[in-house]
Amino acid sequence: MSELLIKDKEIVVPGEELAVGMDFLPSYGTYRRGDKIISNMVGLVHIEGKVVKLIPLSGKYAPKKEDTIIGQVIDVAMSGWRIETNCAYSAMVSLKDATSDFIARGADLTQYFDIGDWVVAKIINVTSQKLVDMTMKGPGLRKLKGGRVTRINTNKVPRVIGKAGSMVTMIKVSTDTKIIVGQNGVVWIQGEPEMESIAVDAIKMIENQSHVSGLTDKVKEFLEKATGKKIEMPEYNR
Amino acid sequence: MMAYKREKRKNDEPREITAKAGIIPRADGSGYFKIGNTEAYAAVYGPRNLFPRFKQNPTKGILRCNYNMMPFSGMGNRVRPGANRRSKEISMITENALIPVLDLHEFPNSVVDVFIELPQTDAGSRCAGICAASIALADAGLAMKDLVSSVAVGHLGGTVFVDLDYNEEAFDEGDVADIPIAFIPKTEEYSLLQMDGITSKEILFEALEVSKKAIEIIYKAQQDALKQRYKEGQK
Amino acid sequence: MNQDLKTNILRTLQKGFRYDGRKTDEYREISVETGVVKTAEGSACVKIGETHLIAGIKTEISTPYPDSPDKGTIMVGVEFTPMASPNFEPGPPSIQSIEIARVVDRGIRESKSIDFKKLCITEGEKAWIIIIDICIVNDDGNLMDAASLAAIAALKDAKFPEFDGKAINYKKLTDVPIPVEFSPIESTVLKIGDYFLVDPIPEEEAVAEAKLTVATMEDGKLCAMQKSGAGTLTIEDIKKMVELAAEKTKEIRAHLGGR
Repeated sequence: MSELLIKDKEIVVPGEELAVGMDFLPSYGTYRRGDKIISNMVGLVHIEGKVVKLIPLSGKYAPKKEDTIIGQVIDVAMSGWRIETNCAYSAMVSLKDATSDFIARGADLTQYFDIGDWVVAKIINVTSQKLVDMTMKGPGLRKLKGGRVTRINTNKVPRVIGKAGSMVTMIKVSTDTKIIVGQNGVVWIQGEPEMESIAVDAIKMIENQSHVSGLTDKVKEFLEKATGKKIEMPEYNR
Repeated sequence: MMAYKREKRKNDEPREITAKAGIIPRADGSGYFKIGNTEAYAAVYGPRNLFPRFKQNPTKGILRCNYNMMPFSGMGNRVRPGANRRSKEISMITENALIPVLDLHEFPNSVVDVFIELPQTDAGSRCAGICAASIALADAGLAMKDLVSSVAVGHLGGTVFVDLDYNEEAFDEGDVADIPIAFIPKTEEYSLLQMDGITSKEILFEALEVSKKAIEIIYKAQQDALKQRYKEGQK
Repeated sequence: MNQDLKTNILRTLQKGFRYDGRKTDEYREISVETGVVKTAEGSACVKIGETHLIAGIKTEISTPYPDSPDKGTIMVGVEFTPMASPNFEPGPPSIQSIEIARVVDRGIRESKSIDFKKLCITEGEKAWIIIIDICIVNDDGNLMDAASLAAIAALKDAKFPEFDGKAINYKKLTDVPIPVEFSPIESTVLKIGDYFLVDPIPEEEAVAEAKLTVATMEDGKLCAMQKSGAGTLTIEDIKKMVELAAEKTKEIRAHLGGR
């Protein structure tokens, strides 16, 4: 007889029994031992029919193909640039993937990107040994100038972005800032200094209360109070 | 020869426990475990880059534990800062106690560093360190089969006691043994077993059996520490 | 490499506030708890914002130095424990931790906060050494001020262990407190561009041109100073920074309470 031992949206820790019986299927964050499904990490239970999985609440970013991330240049080599990615594995942007411009042989590569520059890049490949290749050719991919960088837990990125970008758009509109959220948890914000600070506070608030209900309203309230003006969302986002 | 009698708690009862998670914001994960007057902090950094490069393994990562007593944490003299043979051995057995619940293939070429520091000790320090480290690894979001719970069990003159304190460890009338263990509750496997002293086989197995109740209490405290931290929201 | 960070911090300062919303002369929340370590003769746990450290006092007896046969002494050590920051590695003390230890030491030693003659047991033969060890639990900036506050709080909490003339019995503390007459308190001021800030967070420490740490005694006299970092200070800078630090040490001293 199959039975669920916990409820949807409950917080579980490694080793907790989530379900018993062969009808249930273990998915991300869980494993099967005998006829029991057991949690593999600290996470929020998510049950979809017979599939039991966890939404991780902690953990470092794991590089994935197609992810757009924000990183910092840490080395300039003959073949390209090495980028720190906010996890254990740094990434390479090779000459051919850096820009549509023609890069002459022996050119000074630091003219394009220098050590310390923040860049938005897209992961094009991850090997089994976690060697990561990225490209900066594509819409929105570029070197970032000015602004401020803050880091959040990679697992909170979906919440900060919101459904169809609704949450991050609300922060952008309210504080009149440009915001780019990297899948790796690095967030770039640019605007007036006070507004940048308010945006950072809003983002940290979402990170801390990601699984609290009514969060969108709480964030809206915080932003309106901090900026002193009501938020009017553009029509297409309502 | 005087038989030892515990005054303040039952023979199979551990001392008062306090467990917390996430108390070192700078770390990727952290844990705190206090049992009686033995207190341990653990911080996890990683997975992160492993240097020197020759230590990197392309198929799996490594777990690196560093156990350290703060200079004022000993029951007597000041402990000179720095690693010594005892702390190196404890670092190694701590690694061996925790590796079985981790999947090192998840982070090839990199390292997960666990730093354990004790501000005060009253016996059972390596066990408290393992308990704190376990909380810290889970707090860091690493995939773990289960938490690891650890306690020192032993006997004084043939009577089994759980969670010996400093005075009990130092009792010197008759046969005495101090047996630190680490247990993985889900699989019922031991990942740490040491023995200091003299014991018969019968008393050893009795001690392991008696320790189960304390392990349950410790395991629950570790689980509660993690749930509390995530319920309240990160700092 | 930190040019962008510095530029942005300066932009924020121009508007009159810092990255975490504080004013330039504002400290984060300070808390001091003493008697937290039972194995030490005295101890204190200090938090400034999320910077968190523990200081413990151990006492030993040894022969006094030949040039001061009637005096004991103190020793200060600061451990940048690897758990406190991804930038700290296990191993021998870094020069940064040594700098903090020595500046904290000078604040206590030069203020004659402890009368070393009172640490003497038998002239020329036996005197107490008071060893202050400060271990960082979490580094969120301003370790210097936190360390010096913890050191003095732990000293004021400390009592001598029993000594029967032959051996120290660390398991029994006497009622005799370690004789602390003055409480030196340190405050560190950073210079970033034209701005002077107290109680820095790590981003501010990374872009600061120079720092000035000033220790004062209860009567307002200065008892230690240290300029850190490779930048320079004009006489105007020094005047402003000393003024600011001295004012702040008064506020910090209020957290000591007790004895």
